[in-house]
Amino acid sequence: MSIVILLSLALMSLALCLAFVRLFRGPSLPDRVVALELFSSILVGIIGVVAIATDVPSLLDVAIVMALMAFMAAIGFARFLERGGPRDD
Amino acid sequence: MIELLKEGFILVGAIFMLLAALGIVRLPDLLTRMHATTKAATLGATLIMLAVAIHFAQVAVVARAFGVILFIMMTAPVAAHVIGRAGYFVGSKLWSGTLKDELRPNYDPLTHELKSGRETEANARREPQETDPS
Repeated sequence: MSIVILLSLALMSLALCLAFVRLFRGPSLPDRVVALELFSSILVGIIGVVAIATDVPSLLDVAIVMALMAFMAAIGFARFLERGGPRDD
Repeated sequence: MIELLKEGFILVGAIFMLLAALGIVRLPDLLTRMHATTKAATLGATLIMLAVAIHFAQVAVVARAFGVILFIMMTAPVAAHVIGRAGYFVGSKLWSGTLKDELRPNYDPLTHELKSGRETEANARREPQETDPS
């Protein structure tokens, strides 16, 4: 594994940790949903880098499914929030 | 040369993702956080998928990588719009330094009714006419 791949994996792991901080602290539910969406984008990147590092192109299918699931989750959370009406959390 | 391009794409993509995560931690309210994450994270994933396409250089893999890019580029704005809309409706607080919220005076979050600011008695009673632009 080259130094670039290690470095980028480290950067993206740090990004995951920062996103987790927002997921933990986020004052409202929409903030947490945004953090979850960021999670999935970073995971797509990590899967891409791992696919390059291990020379396994099938991992791209995992990335596709990851992006799809994140989109569905965002839409579902938004529907849930709008149906719920005003709230204070 | 190709190796260099690939490594550059990977590094820049990872840095953009780190910037998105920094933005989501540092920025003050929901809309500014979304502004940081949707664009920077989309660009980061796109650059890394470009690196994957360059690295493998087979038709099937390149097609799938571009499929991922297209899918992310199409769904990220939709998801951001939907979450931002829902966040506005549930009353997430805007940053104290916000200068202008144009929806607030014109929008009723309970009935989802949007005023144009041109409602008058005469306009409400007026019949549609032939010369109106459609």
